[in-house]
Amino acid sequence: MKRLFPHPVLSLALAALWILLVNHWTLGSLVLSLILATLIPLLSARWWPYRPVIRRPLGLIPYTLLVLRDVIVANFQVARIILFLPNDRIRSAWISVPLDLTSPEAISLLAGTITMTPGTLTADVSADGRALLVHSLHAPDPDAIRDEIKTRYESRLKRIFE
Amino acid sequence: MTVLLEILVAALLVLGGTFGLIGSFGLLKLKDPMQRLHPATKATTIGVGAALVASVLHLLLIGAGISWHEILVTLFLFLTAPLSALFLAKTHILRSLDPKVLPPTGTDAAWATLPRGK
Repeated sequence: MKRLFPHPVLSLALAALWILLVNHWTLGSLVLSLILATLIPLLSARWWPYRPVIRRPLGLIPYTLLVLRDVIVANFQVARIILFLPNDRIRSAWISVPLDLTSPEAISLLAGTITMTPGTLTADVSADGRALLVHSLHAPDPDAIRDEIKTRYESRLKRIFE
Repeated sequence: MTVLLEILVAALLVLGGTFGLIGSFGLLKLKDPMQRLHPATKATTIGVGAALVASVLHLLLIGAGISWHEILVTLFLFLTAPLSALFLAKTHILRSLDPKVLPPTGTDAAWATLPRGK
């Protein structure tokens, strides 16, 4: 069983993805989804030697809701800056965010969250993976943004992943 | 009830269109390539999002049942938008940015995109 399904979560995700993609609940698409869910993890196994560890998977649900809410807020904030703030009053800033997270998956998720939420964008990571380079569209106070990223998102991800 | 839903679908489409327009206007208005990445990644998510919700509601309305494609589109959008923004930002840092404007990493290592020794 373990040889056939080396990564059960990936297999389940692939099967679900295929069924959603076909959009029809038929036996044929179920069989094909199972074939894909078996073959793709087997063929791609050599590219993921380590598996992400998620300590509290249920914590991802409130986190997703929080991020979705922030994405909507982010849209209105960015729209306001674009429409009503003259270019010479936009204070863009580069911010270096030191990381407490160590798991690569958690850091990727944090980087994605930063890009999707209010006025910030992940631009780079330090070569040792201990800091993120964030660009902020309008940051009168860059330190406050760095602290918000750390308390609002990173602390939650740390509870979920580590 | 049907009329109310139709009004809601229409309102969502207008909302989505407005945000798409604002995002495109932002690309024209902002001066710096890094600033232009912001409307491209954010102001347009609500544009696409509103259109997708409108699509789900409309399909329910005409009795075609629930469509799952919208969930997939949302998923792929949230996977691809940050990644393409990251790649554009990294290319910009490497090709046309003076590394001196970047803040220090606060660790011993440099920013990953920069060539060694800068």
